[in-house]
Amino acid sequence: MTPRSPTSPGAGLRRVAGLVALAALPTAVLVVFFVVPVAGMVSRGFVVDGPGGPSVDVGGVLEVLGRDRTRRVLWFTVWSAAAGTAVSVLLGLPAAYALHRLEFPGRRLLRAAVIVPFVLPTVVVGVAFRELLGESGPVVRWLGVELDGTATAIVLGLAFFNVSVVVRVVGAAWESLDPRPGEAAAVLGASPVRVLATVTWPQLRPAVVSAATVVFLFCATAFGVVLTLGGLRYSSVETEIYLLTTDLLDLQGAAALSLLQLVAVVALMLLVGRLRPAGDGRVSRVVARPRRPRRGDAAALVLTGLAVLLLAAPVAALVVGSLQGPDGWSLVHYRALTSTGEDAWTGSSAADALVTSLRTSIDATWMSLLLGGLVAVLLSRRSRTRGERRVRRLLDGLFMLPLGVSAVTLGFGFLITLDSDLLDLRDSPLLVPIAQALVALPLVVRTLLPVLAGIDDRQRQAAASLGAGAWRTFLTVDVPVAWRPLLACAGFAFAVSLGEFGATSFLARPDDPTLPVVIYRLLSRPGDETFGTALAASVVLAAVTAAVMLLVERLRVRNLGAW
Amino acid sequence: MLSIEGVSIAYEGTPAVRDVDLTVADGEVLAVLGPSGCGKSTLLRAVAGLEPALGRIAWDGRDLARTPTHRRGFALMFQDGQLFDHLTVARNVGYALRVRRLRGRRVAERVEELLDLVGLAGYGERLPGTLSGGERQRVALARSLAAQPRLLLLDEPLSALDAGLRERLAGDLRDILRRAGTTTLLVTHDHEEAFTVADRMAVMREGRVVQQGALAEVWREPVDAWTALFLGYARVLTGPAASALLAAADVTATGERVAVRRSALVADDGGPLRARVRSVRATPVQTRLVVDLEGPDSAPLGEADAVADLGRRVGPGDEVRLRVDPGRLAPLPG
Amino acid sequence: MSLRARLRPSTCPSTRPSRTSPRRVRPARGLAAAATLALLASGCSLVGSESDEATDASGASATADSSGSAAGGTVTLVTHDSFYLPKKLIKQFESETGYTLELRSVGDAGSLTSQLVLTQDDPIGDVAFGVDNTFGSRALDNDVFAPADVDLPDGVAEHALPGDDDGTMVAVDDASVCVNVDTAWFDEQGIEPPTTLDDLTDPTYEDLFVTSGATTSSPGFAFLLTTIAAYGDDWQSYWSDLLDNGAKVDRGWEDAYQVDFTAGGGNGDRPIVLSYDSSPAFTTDGEGGTTTAALLDTCFQQTEYAGVLTNAENPEGAQAVLTWLTSDAVQAALPESMYVFPVVEGTALPSDWAQFAVQPDDPWTVDPADVAENRDTWLADWQDVVSR
Repeated sequence: MTPRSPTSPGAGLRRVAGLVALAALPTAVLVVFFVVPVAGMVSRGFVVDGPGGPSVDVGGVLEVLGRDRTRRVLWFTVWSAAAGTAVSVLLGLPAAYALHRLEFPGRRLLRAAVIVPFVLPTVVVGVAFRELLGESGPVVRWLGVELDGTATAIVLGLAFFNVSVVVRVVGAAWESLDPRPGEAAAVLGASPVRVLATVTWPQLRPAVVSAATVVFLFCATAFGVVLTLGGLRYSSVETEIYLLTTDLLDLQGAAALSLLQLVAVVALMLLVGRLRPAGDGRVSRVVARPRRPRRGDAAALVLTGLAVLLLAAPVAALVVGSLQGPDGWSLVHYRALTSTGEDAWTGSSAADALVTSLRTSIDATWMSLLLGGLVAVLLSRRSRTRGERRVRRLLDGLFMLPLGVSAVTLGFGFLITLDSDLLDLRDSPLLVPIAQALVALPLVVRTLLPVLAGIDDRQRQAAASLGAGAWRTFLTVDVPVAWRPLLACAGFAFAVSLGEFGATSFLARPDDPTLPVVIYRLLSRPGDETFGTALAASVVLAAVTAAVMLLVERLRVRNLGAW
Repeated sequence: MLSIEGVSIAYEGTPAVRDVDLTVADGEVLAVLGPSGCGKSTLLRAVAGLEPALGRIAWDGRDLARTPTHRRGFALMFQDGQLFDHLTVARNVGYALRVRRLRGRRVAERVEELLDLVGLAGYGERLPGTLSGGERQRVALARSLAAQPRLLLLDEPLSALDAGLRERLAGDLRDILRRAGTTTLLVTHDHEEAFTVADRMAVMREGRVVQQGALAEVWREPVDAWTALFLGYARVLTGPAASALLAAADVTATGERVAVRRSALVADDGGPLRARVRSVRATPVQTRLVVDLEGPDSAPLGEADAVADLGRRVGPGDEVRLRVDPGRLAPLPG
Repeated sequence: MSLRARLRPSTCPSTRPSRTSPRRVRPARGLAAAATLALLASGCSLVGSESDEATDASGASATADSSGSAAGGTVTLVTHDSFYLPKKLIKQFESETGYTLELRSVGDAGSLTSQLVLTQDDPIGDVAFGVDNTFGSRALDNDVFAPADVDLPDGVAEHALPGDDDGTMVAVDDASVCVNVDTAWFDEQGIEPPTTLDDLTDPTYEDLFVTSGATTSSPGFAFLLTTIAAYGDDWQSYWSDLLDNGAKVDRGWEDAYQVDFTAGGGNGDRPIVLSYDSSPAFTTDGEGGTTTAALLDTCFQQTEYAGVLTNAENPEGAQAVLTWLTSDAVQAALPESMYVFPVVEGTALPSDWAQFAVQPDDPWTVDPADVAENRDTWLADWQDVVSR
């Protein structure tokens, strides 16, 4: 890793060996917990039991792709995800600006709070949204707009979950932008709008593209939002895979759609690779201080207000709902959170479930940090040959794949493939955090990579020339720059894991449920009390998330890269 | 005409600029000279509208407080150029023209003309990343001049460059500004740069303007010892030494202090002053001496600098006679 | 996994993300501190807890061994995500049989069945609970379950799955999916509530009915089967009428009942909902009555089964679980823990249930074999009708 003499063959071999060693662990984890299960599941669709034993049937899979219904589902998935991404970006950009470049009271709190929707269980958000959009909800009553069950509702729901991703990613990049080119343009007579278009945007574009990619993948694989808010009129690839796999056991159809997802992710990554120019890589030198809002910021502030409204309204509906006792306002549902004991119907009090959730999240967090850190270190090293560069790019894309693949396919894949005689991992309680870590991994890599890549390689060379070994160089050059961003993505990974429900519902151990699972159980019992308790538990989940993010916010560094 | 009246700027509570009054007449180049951290760049940013300031900054008598940066019609050139790395040289230079909705041939012609002016003809299609430091600054200058700003603000335009280049570019800069006739406010910590480029100058210290005036005037009559030293005077002599020097130069002065350039005392066998050489250092043009001045009664007056022709042989311990060049002395008030 | 011993903490506070302030430590030390913190923290995580549990488990089986009952070992029960039984009952099972009961949930009932089929060669457990009569045929066709040799109490056999000639699937509970009405709302409005499926297409009840999707929820599919049983080949035109009359189709039971139903948790405004025969037991008014009622002519009975998995590693343990699931204690706990009726005759019901949860005498039925054969066609046709 340490650049010595690149011409000596011994050093070259050592270098390659070092790189391989770095890649070994994350790649092994990805192969065992992602590639093998997904491949196992997909291959089931290709292998058909015939009279003469199993045979490979590619035609059957292709036939599924040609179906009218598949085309419809695909079309809906693409456009709803695109629309969801567009709305998220449109609302997220001004909010990123306002929350990261302007100074006003409550800014930090707001910044921590925007992440909350990201972790709320979809079931709960569905309930909250539908209370707002439903026939007797405020949107219909006050605005007279009937959104429930429409595609608009789905798009709004997708934006609700994903605006925070845009705010965080773009906000971090915006915050660390060197303000001087913008000032240079302003003194040349460029209006603020023009500065934004000609100077800020080109600088910000990599971050926006990164955020949009991640959001698009989240939207395209969204499951609960589409079903809950869109009713039964709409099917996405994800819901279709669910239906085909679990209800109809049509593995051929499911395999076809899973392949489609994989191809789509790869295509997207290629497209993004073109859109995202290699940044200038330098860690920015001058950082703007946030300033008071001016008149020119009015538009941004209004849009931020809209974004906050979109995020806050469902959460407010939750809070209000959780405070409704049998006779008006009351804390009775919150008291119920802790009192649930041995004989209650959830199996675990919400407080116990919260502890389980936190423990799972801690596991998922360190796993994603460990793996993501290794991947980021690996990818940030300068490539010596074209082959090496290609391998790196391949790895980069590979670790994005888990974002774009159905939780059902992965969950089923786990169970049918991880049963080798040597190590039956299906029993491991670590399966849930590992699955969650895979989801958080791309986010960690995307945060750390630009930071590590931004370190001038000459600094490492300087350290090496002063006698520092590879490990010491890493400790003294890379770590001081990267450890705060590391903390920041620890927070995000934690939040991702805290709210994750898809993989959890396939792999969880029912005797020790996580909080989202308990919330789901509470919701499936008729009666006012449990409904209120479910809402209260959701509010607690949201509050814990906000608290964790606030803590991270205090520790985080300005110079946070883009995903 | 730019007028700055009673301007103060605080930076997170600590004052950076205190009660500054300055004017820059049309077509004039004013240099604000001061050490780093004296608040000169902050003042410049305030004129550009990038920092909020107390007091009044006005153009032709019209207060600019409510005019945002991009409407002021000024141009600011940053210390490190701040070229837009994603745009070609031509697009960088043409930026302000496009902002003013000029298009097509007129932009191309003007860009060509400006690149020619800064000596970079034919560089239009290159990206800033491929240019040397000096070339980048020239592009930045061309970009600033493109829209014929009412006022050009230069923030240490040459200090990022190495000495030789700096000297050459300073001359070019002066010629370019003269030819373009641009009203300019330049801040720098380098008095050579200020002398080469400016018509007038103001000296800033700890947020205050301590002296301003025409170049020669400030140069001849620094307001105090600190200013004199900052302007490049080698020493400030006081007491008997000062009196002896002033007497030898035949200058009448009220004060008891005098700022002396390194070359104010010249070894000359017919000179009125006596001194003993302490050390000798040769340079390509002359020999530099450090001497102990002696009074008429051989009483020691203290240390001073002097120069000798290269042809003259002097060594440490030798006694020399010195004459005084009155043009290289500046009696200080008070 | 050799790390585990080192990772295990002696005590484990629930959260300790940041005790030291990393701001003040030097980066290199910060890393060390962070690493230590991570290790500590992971001790407070599942890595740590797993070993804790292992200790618990061995402790439990030790107790069992000393009490001299049957052979120890672990028996794994695979089930769906709605499964729940009080821990007390699980402990009781473990101490009485000497087995350690491990639970694994794998999604909903459909997901459960699919996974059992896919892992039939190398099953993910020894015994499964939660395959219902709408998925039962798929399990039978794929030989998911092996015949079990257990004595079953009265009532279980009556609920046997048609077509299960070997008796591999043991009925544990049943619940009927029925249309429910908010009687309080109808009283208030002075309207007579509906009673039959036909009523639901009556203009009197326009815009009042909410149901859940057949493709996305198990009760929704049961209701589709109800209409297929009731209207035969004309079921699609019934659904057209239903939708023309303003029926709303939500994703799941939660959406329909909790959000849109007038007597649900939210502020819904539809007084007719698809739910269960037991639901009225949860809407008591505190004055000796209930505010909702199930329409007993609109019900489809869903029975949930348990069975020993083919190729199970611990078939004896699996049979013990079957016995346990049909025992008095578990049967009596079913209503409160999973909101379903016990199948064993003579099991005492909670008082609210005894009073307000009325089971239909003659629910609609569809032959499981027909369901298995036509599921995808019916669902596709249904989806076409709904999205039209």
